[in-house]
Amino acid sequence: MIEVKNLSKHYGSKVAVDNISFTVEEGEILGFLGPNGAGKSTTMNMLTGYISSTEGNAMINGVDILENPIKAKADIGYLPEKPPLYPDMTVSEYLKFVYNLKKCKLPMKSHLGEICELIKITDVKDRLIRNLSKGYQQRVGFAQALVGNPKVLILDEPTVGLDPKQIIEIRTLIKRLGKNHTVILSSHILPEVQAVCDRIVVINKGKIVANDKTENLARNLSADHRLIVQVEGSDSEVKKILEGISGMDRVVVTREAEKGVFEYHLDAKEGVDVRREVSKKLMARNYPILLMKSNELTLEEIFLKLTTGDIYGQADKFEKQMDKIEKRGGLN
Amino acid sequence: MLAVFKREFGAYFSSPIGYVFIAVYLFFSGAFFYIFALSMGSTDLSYVFLGMFFVLMIFIPVLTMRLMSEDNKQKTDQLTLTAPISLFRLVMGKFLSAFSIFLISTSVLVVYAIVLSFFSEIAWAMVWGNIVGIILLGAVFIAAGLFISTLTENQMIAAVGSMAVNVALLLMDSLASVIPIKFISDILSSISVFSRFSEITTGIFSLGNVLFFVSVIVIFLFLTVRVLEKRRWS
Repeated sequence: MIEVKNLSKHYGSKVAVDNISFTVEEGEILGFLGPNGAGKSTTMNMLTGYISSTEGNAMINGVDILENPIKAKADIGYLPEKPPLYPDMTVSEYLKFVYNLKKCKLPMKSHLGEICELIKITDVKDRLIRNLSKGYQQRVGFAQALVGNPKVLILDEPTVGLDPKQIIEIRTLIKRLGKNHTVILSSHILPEVQAVCDRIVVINKGKIVANDKTENLARNLSADHRLIVQVEGSDSEVKKILEGISGMDRVVVTREAEKGVFEYHLDAKEGVDVRREVSKKLMARNYPILLMKSNELTLEEIFLKLTTGDIYGQADKFEKQMDKIEKRGGLN
Repeated sequence: MLAVFKREFGAYFSSPIGYVFIAVYLFFSGAFFYIFALSMGSTDLSYVFLGMFFVLMIFIPVLTMRLMSEDNKQKTDQLTLTAPISLFRLVMGKFLSAFSIFLISTSVLVVYAIVLSFFSEIAWAMVWGNIVGIILLGAVFIAAGLFISTLTENQMIAAVGSMAVNVALLLMDSLASVIPIKFISDILSSISVFSRFSEITTGIFSLGNVLFFVSVIVIFLFLTVRVLEKRRWS
């Protein structure tokens, strides 16, 4: 449905997007994840034909966006980062304009009415866009993308500026639409991507650093070799026992969970399953295990790991920076 | 094209620009009509049209300044440029919207001629020549303004830039007269908008002059499309 091959975009000597390739199947929701300035919007602008690529090509439904732009664009609904609204028009005037601009063939009144109902903007349809709140403007932008019922939806941070209730509504809507549309959604909010998308492409500094099913991405990077256990008994003793287990990399006492019960984070060497050993060794010395669970990385941690290669270091680094600034006399 | 036209035409009347332009047009053409025709007891309208040349030079940029620059600034070009519509149609829609406002205002000049015809015989050939001339001139200024508006996202810069271009088009004659090299001065005076306009206003219909204006319009529209195209590649 969407096929991206070796796509690059250079701005002078700056490389915004560096040789990325991926495909999105019909009926799939792809999450495009990355920190600010990673090249998400640039990629989306290339997919929609707003800007051209320096190298490589993008196919929408088998049509090259640069070679046959009008045909390719007819299948795309695009919500850019900043919704492209005319503030001097009312919502319904604006949607009619978009309807005509896209040369939509569906019956106008019922089609636009349906979209307004779906996005919940029916009650503001006669108001000037300039007077709407940010959340409503965002929704009108979303409605615009849906006009003409395009097969491909490209949504650049669709939930920005919405309140939590609206965010849930829009997410549910995207999920519903994903059943018979092809959707690409960009975000830097991880739980959002996790909640909505079938597959995630993580992009950093213009390069793809991961491309996998949402659940695989979390599993591959955590696996069984990281455990959290809570054990009753002296922490120094237990730590010694745990460190004695072969294949154990690191044991950290994190906190006293209850009185006399300590929590440990265990890092075993990759591919080594230490759960049985941990259980046997502690039982032999009569230290009851009150809890044992695998310490899966949250998507947040995966994200940091992929984009910076370091999960724990980031916050420390930032704190050190802040300390330095404070020593110099603070932010002022 | 029709969608863009409708939207831009409507936008002229949801902001003061459309009303202001028409009001200014009516004010100056009315003033010139009174000064050069009514108070002098003359049926010669060519001075009215000549006066309008200078008014259009200054005020058509007001009409065209926001056509493209606003899209650039508000990022609504992300809608128009990703819609399944060719750039030429987009540009034509914008051009025609400004041109229609201009035509509506210009229709008042015909009314003046009709008013005069109740009092005395008037040279209709000359009047029609003048009207065709002013319409072509307006279209040239609109195409130039549209082009300048595409280059910036600031409306003020677009307006001032277009005025500068219009004045440059006017100054071509005086520039030609001071350049001693005959070859260059010939070229300059042959692309002078003003001398061709005054030729048309004398009632002499020459295909060459009309073609000249039409080609200038086409060139500016073509350049506008190219600028939009080029921006995607930069």
